[in-house]
Amino acid sequence: MSWEIVTVLGMPLVGGGVLALVGHRRRAAEVNIALSVATFVAAGALVASVIRDGPIIALWDQFFVDSLNVFLVALTAFVSMTTAMFSRPYMRIEKDHGRLTAGRLRLYHSMYQLFVFTMLAVLLANNLGIVWVATEAATLTTVLLVSLYRTPASLEAAWKYFILCGVGIAQALFGTILLYMAAQRILGTGFEALLWTHLAGVRSELEPTVMAIAFVFLLVGYGTKVGLVPLHNWLPDAHAEGPTPVSAVLSGLLLNVALYALVRCKVLADGALGAPYASRLMMGFGLVSVVVAAFFLSRQRDVKRLFAYSSIEHMGLITFAFGMGGPIASFAGLLHMTVHSLTKSAIFFAVGHAAQKTGTQLIENIRGLINVSPTVGWGLMLGTVAILGVPPFGVFASEFLILTTAMREQPWATPFLLAALGVAFAAVFGKVQPMVFGESTASRLPHPPALVPVFAHVALVLTLGIYIPPHLAHWYREAARLIG
Amino acid sequence: MTELLSAALVGQIINMLASVLLLLSFAMLAQRRILSLIDLFAAQGFVLMLSTAFVGWATGQVHLYVSAAITLGLKVLFLPWVLHRLIRRLNVKWDVETLINIPTTLLVGIVLVILAFNVAQPVSQLAGTVTRGTLGIALAAVLLAFLMMITRSKAVPQVIGFLAMENSLFFAATAATYGMPMVVELGIALDVLVGIIILAVFFFQIRERFDSLDIRHLEKLKE
Amino acid sequence: MTEISWSGTIAQLTELALAILLAPLLTGWVNQCRAWLQNKSGPGLLRPYRLLRKLFGKDAVIAHGASALFRTTPYVLFGCMCMAAAIVPTLGTDLPYAPVADAIALVGILALARAALALAAMDIGTAFGTLGARREMMIGFLAEPALLMVLFTASLLSQTTSLATTVETLSQRDLAIYPSLAFAGVAFTMVSLAENARIPVDNPATHLELTMIHEAMVLEYSGRHLALVEWAASLKLFVYSCIGIALFFPFGIAQGGDAIGLLLALPALVVKLAIGGLLLALIETLSAKMRIFRAPEFLGTAFLLAVLALLIHAFLES
Repeated sequence: MSWEIVTVLGMPLVGGGVLALVGHRRRAAEVNIALSVATFVAAGALVASVIRDGPIIALWDQFFVDSLNVFLVALTAFVSMTTAMFSRPYMRIEKDHGRLTAGRLRLYHSMYQLFVFTMLAVLLANNLGIVWVATEAATLTTVLLVSLYRTPASLEAAWKYFILCGVGIAQALFGTILLYMAAQRILGTGFEALLWTHLAGVRSELEPTVMAIAFVFLLVGYGTKVGLVPLHNWLPDAHAEGPTPVSAVLSGLLLNVALYALVRCKVLADGALGAPYASRLMMGFGLVSVVVAAFFLSRQRDVKRLFAYSSIEHMGLITFAFGMGGPIASFAGLLHMTVHSLTKSAIFFAVGHAAQKTGTQLIENIRGLINVSPTVGWGLMLGTVAILGVPPFGVFASEFLILTTAMREQPWATPFLLAALGVAFAAVFGKVQPMVFGESTASRLPHPPALVPVFAHVALVLTLGIYIPPHLAHWYREAARLIG
Repeated sequence: MTELLSAALVGQIINMLASVLLLLSFAMLAQRRILSLIDLFAAQGFVLMLSTAFVGWATGQVHLYVSAAITLGLKVLFLPWVLHRLIRRLNVKWDVETLINIPTTLLVGIVLVILAFNVAQPVSQLAGTVTRGTLGIALAAVLLAFLMMITRSKAVPQVIGFLAMENSLFFAATAATYGMPMVVELGIALDVLVGIIILAVFFFQIRERFDSLDIRHLEKLKE
Repeated sequence: MTEISWSGTIAQLTELALAILLAPLLTGWVNQCRAWLQNKSGPGLLRPYRLLRKLFGKDAVIAHGASALFRTTPYVLFGCMCMAAAIVPTLGTDLPYAPVADAIALVGILALARAALALAAMDIGTAFGTLGARREMMIGFLAEPALLMVLFTASLLSQTTSLATTVETLSQRDLAIYPSLAFAGVAFTMVSLAENARIPVDNPATHLELTMIHEAMVLEYSGRHLALVEWAASLKLFVYSCIGIALFFPFGIAQGGDAIGLLLALPALVVKLAIGGLLLALIETLSAKMRIFRAPEFLGTAFLLAVLALLIHAFLES
């Protein structure tokens, strides 16, 4: 019985219930922050015990922590904490502008905590069936969050999100059923056959035909939630129409979590099939996502949709990296997951306040942020520069590693990747630069914006670009070896 | 327990129930009236429950009885009741509007059935259950529910298509692996329950904003 | 080449004569049941015979512009139906002349009859005739594939398209539940409702010309021509019922041509036809006639069920 795991999972679950009762009060945002800080502390304790004792399996083998998910758990807890900190002034301003009522804030706060709970459940679960259940639950908790503003566009975005992700997740369920079927022949009936740790042990004995079909369904299913093209239609709408903290956690955390589930399945598929079948599929989807997203980037007029497509591009790049496999590419993919999460959420924090200042999300109507609020302006600028892969930020390191591995092992893909990254750079930078500099149209905000989260994230990304802490590097290498 | 019926007869009864399930999926695809659609969905849940209970009886797996009970309570009784109430409260007893006409939809459905049978043929040889022949039917029912979702232009039939897809997946689980572990099945049932509650809330939001549940109002966002 | 025995020939001729004689009785029975179900006293079982006698005694009035096609169609129609009745195993499966036409040819014969009637209806040039002919062809183009699929399902089960052999194989199987046959049965019922101009596709008792399909085609016929057309229609109903009974309820049909078996098969046939007629009357009473534009959907569903039956047989039962 590992009390760290219980606390990490139990804290947001209890928090969701508490905020369902008091979420509309004046101090609800502070309670939210407190709960998120507590979750982060529990995650820290979990990380410490993993450093001390190595991988943990607990709660009748249903939950476990190994090198692949330990840093993701810490990342999720950290980003949800900083997003909660950001959401406090942001939501206060939204309420003052009249876009939200106290009742909706109650829904928002309780769903936020429950969402964090479902994400942590996906990360920590050993039972692949529970992984599926928690992913579906994550979708359900965020549907009502996306439609929080009740505008026609947000209702449409939430409906598309629900239907597309629901259908996708149903495919993943079929894949899980097929996986269970293949596993039963070796591990027998009962829930041991769905435990990842057991499956990883026998993965070379799983039936190849069944695993091949199962992996396709799992890729389509979880890939929908990762935002791989052509299953990505829900992503730009959900990011653009939901409140900014929701966009930040969707981009920063949920995409990572879905990709994590996919990678776990890929490990099993690789073991069963031997041939690079799963790798090729992932490389294909990843490359298509990068190219298509880069193409769409230049056509965006809404700043949040712009960065949503940027998320699709980066997740495609990470999927491509995992598809390539090998120690360097997998290491780079894991690093990229971390830094992208931090950077993208920082960008969304800055963008959220920028939109509040100018009252619009259209790029052409936001100008000269630096003149009115240097901190928001600089935050946006630094975040953009970081996400575009400028050294010495962490994104540059991971993209460099991915590109050099591609040049060595998959030279046919390199021109596409380089072209896409170049197009994305031009498009995003060309749109963000006039937003930050130039004549200003912004106004002052009634409450001071949240700035610590933005700069904290950017600072972390900068650090990770230069120096990776030894434990983290060790986990990256271990996990890369696991992914193969 | 199975001495009463020979193995061949057990297999035939299961095949019969699976065929009825497929027939109900097609019937939902061809249905015009929304109230009948909900009743067909309840009938599908009922057939599902019968087949789960029968497989449980024939193979002696007690946990399948529990699954059948959950199916009965959730999919035959609770969900149709919620849907009926929703329809009454939302005052939307219209005909189902389809994006392509019904005979064409049925023909596309046949093509999907052939596709599903082909995909499932190699897999079903490898399952170790008495119901393995019905895996193709389960996949076909999933694809038909999916077709139903994308060819409907009103919100409630889309949701019913989604729920029918969950039904078919559940049947696939029973066919391939005698059901998932209990924990997972409880989780899935919970998801479905929470999902329908969230959807009910969502429908009211849509109706409040648009005064109608026509999906075509929700197609303004592009790119 | 099978030996054509005397007993076999006599058996086949007996079956044909029986079909021709009993067909109007079946129609009378269906009408009587319908009347009973609607709480009326009904015209009596033998009314179709009285109708035929009356019509044969009258003069045939033919329009000026009618060609030889119009005059010969009733005979063609009656001849086709007789041929169909000859090859469908009603009493026994030992039919020496059955190899003349198998299941596919049967559908062809029925199609010939339909085409002849439609052409004759258009021959006169009246509006209603053409209307009926067009509608009949629309129904036919959808119903024929469905009927073919049903017959194919049965043929796949028995590995032959000869109806007699199919029935023999099906009646000798152990009692088993075949979902494919269940689906095919439902499809066949829908197809026969459409082909025999019954509610819910067409109302045989309607007098409103704009709602007619089959009746509109025979508006111009009178006298002996009309008698033959009506007789052919009852024969068609008889043939369809016998096909349905032979494929889905083949108990009691004699194997081989011995007289005792045939004699025992006769009451079985009568009972089954009576039950079938009652069910038909029930369906007609409980349903309402569909709009003509819904007929393709109805038949599309029948086709779909038939194809499903075929697929299920191919996938589940092999």
